[in-house]
Amino acid sequence: MTLQTFLLLACALLAIGLYGALSQQSIVMIMMGLELMVNAVIVAGAAFWYYVSPARPDGQVVVLVAVTLMAVEMAMGFAVQTAIFRSSEVDMTDMATELKD
Amino acid sequence: MAQAVVFWVCAIGAVAAGLAVFRVDSMARATFALLASFVLAAVPLLLLGLSYLGILVILMMIMEMVVMAVFMIMYMMNPAGLMPMSMVHNKKGSLAISTGTFVVLAVGVLLVDWPQRQGVPPPDVTFALGEALMGSHMLVMLVIGLGLFATIVSAVVLSHPRGRYDRFGDDLRRRPPDDPIPGSVDARSLTRIFGVGR
Repeated sequence: MTLQTFLLLACALLAIGLYGALSQQSIVMIMMGLELMVNAVIVAGAAFWYYVSPARPDGQVVVLVAVTLMAVEMAMGFAVQTAIFRSSEVDMTDMATELKD
Repeated sequence: MAQAVVFWVCAIGAVAAGLAVFRVDSMARATFALLASFVLAAVPLLLLGLSYLGILVILMMIMEMVVMAVFMIMYMMNPAGLMPMSMVHNKKGSLAISTGTFVVLAVGVLLVDWPQRQGVPPPDVTFALGEALMGSHMLVMLVIGLGLFATIVSAVVLSHPRGRYDRFGDDLRRRPPDDPIPGSVDARSLTRIFGVGR
């Protein structure tokens, strides 16, 4: 285990999440992609803490912020999905075209 | 040695489960594949000695994915996976962008001259984190707290089916409010019941 292997794992998770966020039409699936990307930040933050400056708690604080970000992202994502579904029965990104032209 | 084996098994498993999220036919399966990816990606945190944060991520992800499974089944047209589904757009472009991102980042990871390790972990890393959050990093804790509170309020406001304009009309002048069940508690009825505000 080295810093590089941890960062490669984070890169792979980020790339998979990016693919999901870009390619999926369903709003919930896009949120899954975003969560995978935030998970990459968690892995990379923990690796930087351990392999670069373990004496300082900054890396751990980054992980905590990323975990919180994940919870906020999910709560707001589902709230927006509920609101947009209530108003216009939209559950796919391609159907939400109110602001188009 | 055993740690390296566990790390590689979990790393490969996390990536494979992450890939499965966007490959399986059922929404419920996708949710639990994502859960597996998160749990497997949290094990390396435990290997680094971050016992509190690792367990926190695992527990939080289990709860989060169970809630997500409920929403999946609520909103998806094919929750059970009885028929193949493909809800993607611009698949080739997305694949190219994400593969390119991975290649660029991986090359950077392997080529960058990373700094040398400075210091050793404190004996109790969880205590160090708590001390930082209550001391030198208090601002982070405050922002997290405010952010979570704002999220609670915003999520309730966004997902509530009836707002004040539904009740009081566009100019907020309709009295009594238009409620499905009349007799709501507003300032005037509070005054009438309790005799306050006179």
